[in-house]
Amino acid sequence: MTVVGDPAAGGVPNSTRMTPATSITHRLSRLGNRHPRLRLLALLGAPLLWLAIAYLGSLVALLLTSLYTIDSFTFSTIEKLSSSNIKELFTNGVYRTVAVRSITVAALVTIVDLCLALPMAVFLAKVASPRARRALLVAVLMPLWASYLVKAYAWRAMLDPEGGVLNNWVHASPGFGLAGVVTVLSYLWLPYMVLPVYAGLERLPDSMLEASADMGASASRTFRDVILPLLKPSIVAGSIFTFSLSLGDYIAVDLVGGKSQMLGTVVSQSFGASNTPLAAAVALIPVTIMVVYLMAARRTGAFENL
Amino acid sequence: MKKSGITALSVAAFALFAAACGDDGGSGGGAALKEIGTGEGQLDIVVWAGYAEDGSTDPTQDWVTPFETETGCQVNVKVGNSSDDMVQLMKSGSYDGVSASGDASLRLIVAGDVAPVNVALLTNYPDSAPFLKDTAYNSYKGKAYGQPHGWGANLLQFNTAEVSPAPDSWGAVFDKNSPYKGKVTAYDSPIYIADAALYLMDSQPDLKITNPYALDQGQFDAAVALLKVQRKLIGEYWKDYAKQQAAFEAGSLVIGTTWQVIANYINAGDKAKVDAVLPKEGSTAWSDTWMISSKAKHPNCTYLWMNHISSPEVQAQVAQWYGQAPANVKACNLDDTMKAHCAGYHATDEVFHTQLHYWTTPTKACLDGRGDKCVGYDEWSKAWTEIKG
Repeated sequence: MTVVGDPAAGGVPNSTRMTPATSITHRLSRLGNRHPRLRLLALLGAPLLWLAIAYLGSLVALLLTSLYTIDSFTFSTIEKLSSSNIKELFTNGVYRTVAVRSITVAALVTIVDLCLALPMAVFLAKVASPRARRALLVAVLMPLWASYLVKAYAWRAMLDPEGGVLNNWVHASPGFGLAGVVTVLSYLWLPYMVLPVYAGLERLPDSMLEASADMGASASRTFRDVILPLLKPSIVAGSIFTFSLSLGDYIAVDLVGGKSQMLGTVVSQSFGASNTPLAAAVALIPVTIMVVYLMAARRTGAFENL
Repeated sequence: MKKSGITALSVAAFALFAAACGDDGGSGGGAALKEIGTGEGQLDIVVWAGYAEDGSTDPTQDWVTPFETETGCQVNVKVGNSSDDMVQLMKSGSYDGVSASGDASLRLIVAGDVAPVNVALLTNYPDSAPFLKDTAYNSYKGKAYGQPHGWGANLLQFNTAEVSPAPDSWGAVFDKNSPYKGKVTAYDSPIYIADAALYLMDSQPDLKITNPYALDQGQFDAAVALLKVQRKLIGEYWKDYAKQQAAFEAGSLVIGTTWQVIANYINAGDKAKVDAVLPKEGSTAWSDTWMISSKAKHPNCTYLWMNHISSPEVQAQVAQWYGQAPANVKACNLDDTMKAHCAGYHATDEVFHTQLHYWTTPTKACLDGRGDKCVGYDEWSKAWTEIKG
């Protein structure tokens, strides 16, 4: 895009005249100074375009696809709008069952992660020495270094009801099924809960805890009436991760879920059977759930903690 | 910098749109090749696991490398996990050929994803078993759509230490009072509904099922109801053969439908011993055909591959490795091992062959010619989600 100057004019360089290239930059910057909105657009245009096409565009494509149907013989998509897939979601009970099951699993994973993350975060933020804190934070993040698939397969070997590692060592295992799915997903998403809760706790001044203790509140009272209300946005922020990641998961469900179906596996099976429109329609269920969840989360101020 | 960034982005965005809008289903296959020219140097194929071995699984099993050396066609293998998977992959148009089973092939043919073949160019076509040619699943409107590869039955596999007496009926996986409750498995695909229908052919003759892939609404509902009962017995459904192998070896599954190759893999180790039998009701089965994509970028290499994979020597290798009957009957006369293999798999036994019901895509127009009252595969697929609950 560089503009080459006129070679004929090159013989007599004029020190006050700028080269065309810099004059363009200058003109642009002057334009930007005079029109701040234009400057903002140039600055944010690219990321906005990306956001619009890759994120919103794909959601629109998803919605549109869910309104198509397929030819029952060739399995080609017929691009004619029809509400038959959406109707199928409401009339066929199986989709409701699967949606409720997925929400339950996602909620359980969130609760388990919260119960594990709270004491861990309290220790990290308020008890551990700065040196230990760094080491512990690395330890919390360590599971994220290994591939998701490796961890899921490892859990399959652990949970196997016959001859699995857990069964051999502690003679108890949740086995393959929903309990197994909750166990594995809780393990997988724990760091996503620990980090926001830890960040929230770190912002909580120690003086508040001391004041509470001075006024005679017990440790549990302090936790209930001081820490928890202040920590709520952080907890909600963490739950957005654990809940949404669990809701759409299908690999862990496939590996340790036994015969249970969740939204992810139904999408995968419909897509596999070349029924892309139905898969898109089912995929709208978690999207809808998350929109509702995020709107509720916004009220708690959780987005300031992300 | 800023500008070129935006330019690149708009190019990317345009490409994204083009990709999203450009791909709509093709119609009708292209014209078949007239003669095989020199290879294009590359071949991209979708195969079942074990169909294109290059020595990486087992150093003694390699029929891809000799082909590459001989023809100069570099083979890129994409393993399809299921027929549904394969249809999806072939629809993308990025592959030259596929080893399609009967429940995928018709869908591919009708949608125009695969092209008819010129059988004059297929050197081993004349030696393929006659009952594998011009079938409902590999020919359409009088045109042949590929080179037969091999076939085999879906078998009943059980752990010989855990299951006694040895079962001889599919009833063993459908009996609601089964002692193996929680350790039963079934194939995780809508096509498995045909297995229930096959069992009903025998156990409930009043339903008058003659073809497990041609079910009217009443027959279909009966099969679905049976599978909903079976669900209570199921420990896990299997789709991925490695997953089934692991579960039988660990002991979390002890009985269920399988392929011979999986039983071979399990018995090759020492974690569990299994037997795989053909129950008295007969069975559903697969019969695979090598097909060429209508958008094949390397048609010469594809034909060369079809001729290579269907030659007696390679057929013998694949048949023994995968555990199936070879399509090329000449493979059966190579040596004594192959003679025994073909006898075991009934490779030339036409009577046995007719007792099996090959995977075919169910369509609204009944495959047994009863008219338009059958349930199509899209409904089978939805019902499968419902069965699994």
